[in-house]
Amino acid sequence: MEPLLSVKNLRVEIPVGTGMLKPVRGISFDLQKGETLCIVGESGCGKSLTSLALMGLLPKVARRSGDHLRFAGQDLLGLKERQMAKLRGQDMSMIFQEPMTSLNPAYTIGDQLTEGMIRHQRVSRAEARDRAAFLLEKVGITAAASRLTQYPHQLSGGLRQRVMIAMSLMCGPDLIIADEPTTALDVTIQAKILRMMKNLQAEFGMAMIFITHDLGVVARIADKIAVMYAGAFVETGTAQQIFDAPTHPYTKGLLSCIPVPGKTERGARLGAVPGVVPSLINGVEGCGFASRCPMRQAACGSEPDLTDRGAEHSCRCVHDTDTLRNMEWEAA
Amino acid sequence: MQYGPAAFNTAKVILMLRFLLKRLGLAALVALTVSLISFSLLFLAGDPAVALAGEAATEEDIEAIRTQYGFDRPIPVQYVAWLTGAFTGDFGNSYYFNTPVIDLISDRLPTTMQLGLAGITFALLLAVPLGVIAAIRPNSLIDRFALFISVVGQAMPTFWFSLILIVIFAVNMGWVPVSGSGTWQHFILPTIVLGYFATPGIMRLTRAGMLEVLRADYIRTARAKGLNPAKVLFKHALRNAAIPVVGLAAVQLGFMLGGSIVIESIFALNGAGLLAFESINRNDFPVVQALILLFSLIYVLLTLLADLLNAWLDPRIRVA
Repeated sequence: MEPLLSVKNLRVEIPVGTGMLKPVRGISFDLQKGETLCIVGESGCGKSLTSLALMGLLPKVARRSGDHLRFAGQDLLGLKERQMAKLRGQDMSMIFQEPMTSLNPAYTIGDQLTEGMIRHQRVSRAEARDRAAFLLEKVGITAAASRLTQYPHQLSGGLRQRVMIAMSLMCGPDLIIADEPTTALDVTIQAKILRMMKNLQAEFGMAMIFITHDLGVVARIADKIAVMYAGAFVETGTAQQIFDAPTHPYTKGLLSCIPVPGKTERGARLGAVPGVVPSLINGVEGCGFASRCPMRQAACGSEPDLTDRGAEHSCRCVHDTDTLRNMEWEAA
Repeated sequence: MQYGPAAFNTAKVILMLRFLLKRLGLAALVALTVSLISFSLLFLAGDPAVALAGEAATEEDIEAIRTQYGFDRPIPVQYVAWLTGAFTGDFGNSYYFNTPVIDLISDRLPTTMQLGLAGITFALLLAVPLGVIAAIRPNSLIDRFALFISVVGQAMPTFWFSLILIVIFAVNMGWVPVSGSGTWQHFILPTIVLGYFATPGIMRLTRAGMLEVLRADYIRTARAKGLNPAKVLFKHALRNAAIPVVGLAAVQLGFMLGGSIVIESIFALNGAGLLAFESINRNDFPVVQALILLFSLIYVLLTLLADLLNAWLDPRIRVA
């Protein structure tokens, strides 16, 4: 089946004073209709820029390139900004990290919810408001109709993020890209929002790309996982594969950072991945993770390819699969 | 379909009314304080009777003037009398013309008003679009051009600029009259001078505001919805960037309505600014007092208008 979204070798480059910053260095993946892909990685690994690149919302200075970026049959790389704007909000929409600043303080919730739909689908204001009220109920906001006349500053962060989610659903898109939608919220609300998004996805059937640094979040919603490091995927696979048989040392390191109920002993130290992400200016020499890796060896001086480690499972490492699977994470 | 129960809307209206009353009350207090100050100005320059009587006056002359103009009464009594008069538009007679002050002012004020309103309109029409374009393309040619315009506008003395314009467009080209206030053509050059004077500030503030707002997350949200660029710019960005500009424009309009002595004298526009200047030289206190009060009230009114306009632009201000 033709995937909804097929990304091949996507790159983002930003010229900076001392050379070329390469925050996204050739990532590829396919996403089927209704599927959820989680892109996981630490701050600065390029995951947010990946999402902006998919939406065509990169800052003006950034350059996007790649082999193809096919969405619903057309290659987005060749589209002009005007054609791209027609897709945004209509067929693909985005939820951002910061609910407090992502809504315009000067307009009512209702106005901001409806304007995209009025533009894309040429519906009347009343129709759009009906849809908005319906979706606000769906995302768990009570007295939805009266909320439409309220302004963002009258809502809490959790409510605003619900509004953002409702906004992304207005036109019934095929794809939603959520860039850390729960990071700015407190933990009790995080779980609720995640469950809600999962339910909405089941109801409306859209595909989702979920960007996060939080593996706990990933475990709740992912079908497929891509672990991103220094601008490239280092391991991809189904959620089960990544959690049950993590292969790349970085994935293992990340997993050692989260406590597992019943397995992590009370008072035991959680893992940590020492060191920092390498500078992405002018690209990366060799394996980007080598300086932080307990298994590094001479061969790590040249960057390995992403190779198959079983059906749908791939990993970017010079070591063979058995060596990697048997390795216990211990910080170098 | 009706959204929001009626009770909710009523609460909103009450909130709005409370905001309005609060601002009006504040404005009234400021106006009263200003009236006290403008009245006191009369006595700051020394004994007004001595000043009026002139250098050759005898003790008796001064005493006679003091009684005639009522300066012998206690100052609070004089203030209350003056204020009650002011409420009904009676500011007394001009010492110099011996005609009612109110007639003098209502004769001159329309000229100044026309000039001021035209000036601020010119300034806004020039400054806001230039500021917006400069912000969309920072460091571009048009941004440099806008910077050039604003530096020149700030550096050039108005009297010099006025004279240059007169020489080029009135004397050499003959397109507009040199001076006077008979027709609308008479207002073209003074409007340009006065408006250009206010342009740099408004333009720089518009540019800075737009640059900041265009980086905001909600602009990215608007783009993510697929809105067309003009809508993102004018609906989502400009409204937020306009808030500080409104305040500045109000102050500058207040300044313009206070009359520009330089521009009014160069173009021989018989406006309120020129009247104030002449009245100060003639020790014509009732006229000076009335004009100061009037100019201050215009400021207070404009500030109030700016507040209301900003409350309309930014809902967060309405509850404050």
